[in-house]
Amino acid sequence: MAGITRGFVGRRRERDPRLPPGQYDARDEWPVLHAEATPNIPAERWTFTIEGLVENTVTWTWDEIHALPPSRYEGDIHCVTTWSKFGMTFDGVSVDTLLAAAKPQAGATHVMAVSHTGYTTNLPLEDITGGKAWVVWNADGQPLSAVHGGPARLLVPHLYFWKSAKWVSGLRVMDHDEQGFWERGGYHDRGDPWAEQRYQGD
Amino acid sequence: MRLTAPDGYTASRDYSVASAPEDTGRIELTVERLDDGEVSEFLHDVVVPGDELEVRGPIGGFFAWHGTGPALLVGGGSGVVPLMAMLRHARRIERADLVRLLVSARSPDDLYYADELPGPQSTVIYTRRAPADAGRAAGRLVLADVAPLVRGGETAYVCGSPAFADAATAVLIEAGVPVESIRVERFGPSG
Repeated sequence: MAGITRGFVGRRRERDPRLPPGQYDARDEWPVLHAEATPNIPAERWTFTIEGLVENTVTWTWDEIHALPPSRYEGDIHCVTTWSKFGMTFDGVSVDTLLAAAKPQAGATHVMAVSHTGYTTNLPLEDITGGKAWVVWNADGQPLSAVHGGPARLLVPHLYFWKSAKWVSGLRVMDHDEQGFWERGGYHDRGDPWAEQRYQGD
Repeated sequence: MRLTAPDGYTASRDYSVASAPEDTGRIELTVERLDDGEVSEFLHDVVVPGDELEVRGPIGGFFAWHGTGPALLVGGGSGVVPLMAMLRHARRIERADLVRLLVSARSPDDLYYADELPGPQSTVIYTRRAPADAGRAAGRLVLADVAPLVRGGETAYVCGSPAFADAATAVLIEAGVPVESIRVERFGPSG
């Protein structure tokens, strides 16, 4: 049933227009909600690989990825558990720069982002190209801590934050969509916070 | 769970299922009443038997024990709720031997399922105030609490606040549980 809940009035608060539906401002908090033990991955052991349907399978080490042109995101982030944070700054490299080296083949439509923990999440290629996605290692000017995905995580800030894979180890380029860790468990395949795409069927 | 006001305003929250999967047609959610909790106060104060509520799920699927293979369950506070579903399932299928449950509560007054927990499968520790017969002074979870429960080859399920989850996970790793065998459900703050 999807009708009115008897006796429920709710407590409306004045809504900040920067908040997508159903979200609240976490202010100084940055909640941590991953489903595995927080791994300790030394930067010198961290690598990032683009493979699958590409002209060149490319792996970058920590030093190699830092030698690429830097790119910054300044803006908001939104987690499906309903918190949002405004005015974050992340530093790293644009996924466009990385894909330009690997060269997706004709017919590539989606990627599976993969983490050093085995975590996965799927994304349409068009959601990570055109200046919409980064691999980042600094947050608000500080090295990204392990609980927030350090040494480096994916950043796709226009989608719910489970798409921004922590401890990211690479992208597998595919010619079809395939569900990742949370998507198999009932979360939405795309996860647009403005369309409130939280769960499958939204 | 999603609540809808007459003008269309909605408030949604995620809750853990406490009942065993055998309870066909009936689902038990244990909801901690939060100060100023828009949904939890409504559920505690307003809902009466016969009301209809909009629910969807279960969502996630990762934090589930399927009744095969040994499991070590570690819960802090209301984090015991999804672990209770596992313990009940284990007892129901007469495989309670597979499950070991360690619960951390602030004091006896803060312990969920106090009547149902006791048994050879469960251990309770208190962090702020312990009863005289607790066999352990009040204090945070440490290696000595976990080490005797680790037998090797189990999957560990940790549920609680982010601080509890990280502390418990660190102790499990110290006790020799492989990182990849640990599943964590962190209670997030919500709107």
